[in-house]
This record gives sequence, structure tokens and C-alpha cells, in this order.
Amino acid sequence: MKREYIRGGVIHNSGNSVIFKTGGWRVFRPVIDQSMCNRCKLCYWYCPDNTIIWEEDNVGINYEYCKGCGICAHECPKSAIQMEREKL
Amino acid sequence: MIKVMIGNHAVSYGVMLSRVQVIPAYPITPQTSIVEELSEFCADGHLNARFIKVESEHSAMACCIGASAAGARTFTATSSQGLALMHEMLHWATGARLPIVMANVNRALGPPWNIWNDQTDSLSQRDTGWLQFYCESNQEVLDTVIQSFKISEEVLLPTMLVLDAFFLSHTAEAVDVPDAQDVDRYLPRYQARYRLDVDNPHSFGNLATPEYYQGFRNKIQDDMIRARTVAKKADEDFESIFHRSYGFTEAYQCEGADLILVTSGTVVSTSRIVIDELRKEGRKVGLLKIRMFRPFPFDDVIGALKDAKKVAVLDRAISFGHSGIFAQEIMSAMYNQPSKPLIYSYITGLGGLDVTPRIITDIINDACERDIPPQESIWIGGKS
Repeated sequence: MKREYIRGGVIHNSGNSVIFKTGGWRVFRPVIDQSMCNRCKLCYWYCPDNTIIWEEDNVGINYEYCKGCGICAHECPKSAIQMEREKL
Repeated sequence: MIKVMIGNHAVSYGVMLSRVQVIPAYPITPQTSIVEELSEFCADGHLNARFIKVESEHSAMACCIGASAAGARTFTATSSQGLALMHEMLHWATGARLPIVMANVNRALGPPWNIWNDQTDSLSQRDTGWLQFYCESNQEVLDTVIQSFKISEEVLLPTMLVLDAFFLSHTAEAVDVPDAQDVDRYLPRYQARYRLDVDNPHSFGNLATPEYYQGFRNKIQDDMIRARTVAKKADEDFESIFHRSYGFTEAYQCEGADLILVTSGTVVSTSRIVIDELRKEGRKVGLLKIRMFRPFPFDDVIGALKDAKKVAVLDRAISFGHSGIFAQEIMSAMYNQPSKPLIYSYITGLGGLDVTPRIITDIINDACERDIPPQESIWIGGKS
């Protein structure tokens, strides 16, 4: 999408936060080891940013919005999620 | 129509002719009679504007911001401590890109308490992103109000026009008041691209993360630079209708001058007389009036001063710990020029101290006699 600097930072179309990607704020990236995951879904319920993707029985992470808070890794009973430092 | 009026009422007439729609205001000497007159214009039906009494100058500017964001042509006036209280909101008006016009009557800041003329109040707001014009006569004041709306609404930046306390604000002069139809032709109704509107909502005052914030600041600077071109055209268009124009600066007797005096506001008028007298004596002296301070008119200033041997800057303001504020600006404008004059900073006229022909002559003689400008400003006049 073409970004325009509208003077004064006016947002002329409302409801556009979906295109505001916040994943760039992340310092640590959660990485799931699928072989250790028992599909308990705790990460899905705890994620404050709704970035755990759960489709049928597959779990994934939406890195466009994940801010790397680490709550999923902390709560995972199987320690299947590791936080890895993002590279610049 | 020629009318005799004080400088403050010249502002009021300029505002009425500009068909301003909202005037939020708080009284402060010596500005008060600007908004008093405007409140009468509103009460008598001569001006169809909403006059809003507010509880402080901070609120006055906040109210201007709301009105301008709603798409209304907006004006206020203040002085000194009132302008200082507005400081936060001045930045806001610029960042939100609102074409508000304000008259500031230059008055000293306290303590010690003083209601008289001094330019430190407006010059302290140099970095807020407002255009600034320093006026010399009541005619220039009225005309500059109208030009200010023209320029501001094109570049979407606010403008502060500045006039000297009492020497203009409360001194009556003959002023040619333009015809309303001519002003309407020069200054059509303001049409905001985005405005507060419940039927077509937008979001104002949003967050910008670091990668975008700098871009917005860059835009402000781009439009400030563009304001030079816009202001030049606004002045030319004004001349074609009203047969008066002012330029960014005015070089008076600068041709072949060894020493040029630089100043602004009403001191310019007194200086002209001094320059005429000294020229009669065969002295090679000239005068540069600075009318537009932001955006700074680099080309005009450099063009006028580059061939002089010496420049004496008369400041009615001081940046404590450095020097006169106009002097700093002139020095920085000239620094990278291959040929440049020696630049002397003089401080006088603070707190309404009368800047007489004697004082101006003393400054010119002092600069002629000193081989090297001292690092510190030279203070002239007053009781020590």
C-alpha cells in the first residue's frame, strides 16, 4: 500500500489499524518446536496480541503482529516455545 | 478609505476584512484593544464570527486549534507572558498543520514587571514552526494580517504577525482600509482538505512511530521553505490589487554602503531618518529592514550585506548567554559566504527604552570605530 504523509498526521480512513504492522517492535522471536507441542492451546489463550494462529490442529505465529513479549514461551507446559534474539 | 487608527485597530480591521470565523481570546496589555474592537465588530454584526472568551492564553490557542481543525478561519492575539503561556500549543498548531493567524504585540517579559516594547517574547518562539512577520507601520500591520491568511492557508502553517507595543499598538496613523470586495477577491474562503466533521469522520492528533515522525517534521520544513515562494507571490498579488507591497526585507541606501544597520519593527522608521542625515554628511551607511523572520530570507539578507565592510545589528531582544537574536541569525546566514562583513551585535530598547536617533547614531559610530567586533553584545542606552 502506498503511504502518504498527510499533513498533521490526519488519518482520513478509519478502521485501518490492520495495516499497521507492529512485529518490528520485537526483540525476541518465539519459535515453536512442533515435535514437542502437545496442542494444549494455552499459548493461544494467553497471547495478548492474538498472534497465535490455530488452524485445525496446526499452531503457528503471526510475526507481523507478535511483539515478542514471551508470555507464550513462559506458559508452555512442554517448553516447546523458545525465544530467539532477532537479528538486525 | 483612509481612516486614522491605532496599530491594534489596524489588526482588528485586517481580521474583519479577512472574514475570520472564530476568535478565541484572552486579554493582556497591550494587545487587549485588538480583541475589544473585534468583539464589538461581532456584537454589531460587522463581522460574522464566533467570539469565544476563554480562561487563559493556553486555552485561547487550544480553542484556535479546535476551530481551525474544524475548518474555520481562526485568529487570536496576545503579548508577552500570554504568548509564553501558549508555547506548548504553538508547537501543536504547527504539527497539526493548522493555518491559524495570530497578532503578537511585542512586550517585555517579567519580572521585573514591564508592559512596554521588547521583542524577546516572539523571538523566543522562533523554533515553534510559525511564520513570523515584523511590521513597521499600521498600514503594514493591516495588510500583513490579510497576507498572513493567504500564505498560511496555502502552506498549512500558522503565522504570527508582530507589532511593537505602544509605538504601533497605541499610536494612531492614517491607514488606507481596503475595500471588502477587493479583499474577498484576494482571499477566498478557506477550504480545509480534512476537517472535524461528524458526517465524514477522520482521526486527528495521531501517534507517529519514529520511522514516520521524522517524515512529518521534514514535511513541515519543506513547506516552510515553500512559504518563501508563496509569500513572495502573495505580496505580488497584493500589490496588483492594492498597490502596496513589502518584500521580505527592505534595503535602504545599501548601494555602496560600507556599514549597514540591520533592524526590525518601528526602529526601522527612526533609522531611516538617521541614515538620511548621515548620508547628507557623506557617510557611506545603509539600512536593512528585516520583515520576514521565519522562514528566514537568506537570499535577500546575503544579497544586501555581502559587499558591506561592517554590519551593525540592533536587537530589541537578548538571548542570555549568547547575543542579540537577530544578530545570531545574520551571523549564521553570512558565515559560509566567501566575502562577508564584520558583524556587531547591539542591544538596546529593552522594556520600551526609547531608541532615539541619538542612540542609533551612537551605534553606527561605535561600529565604525571598532576594528573587531567583540564576542559579547554591546549594550547601549538606559541607566546603568
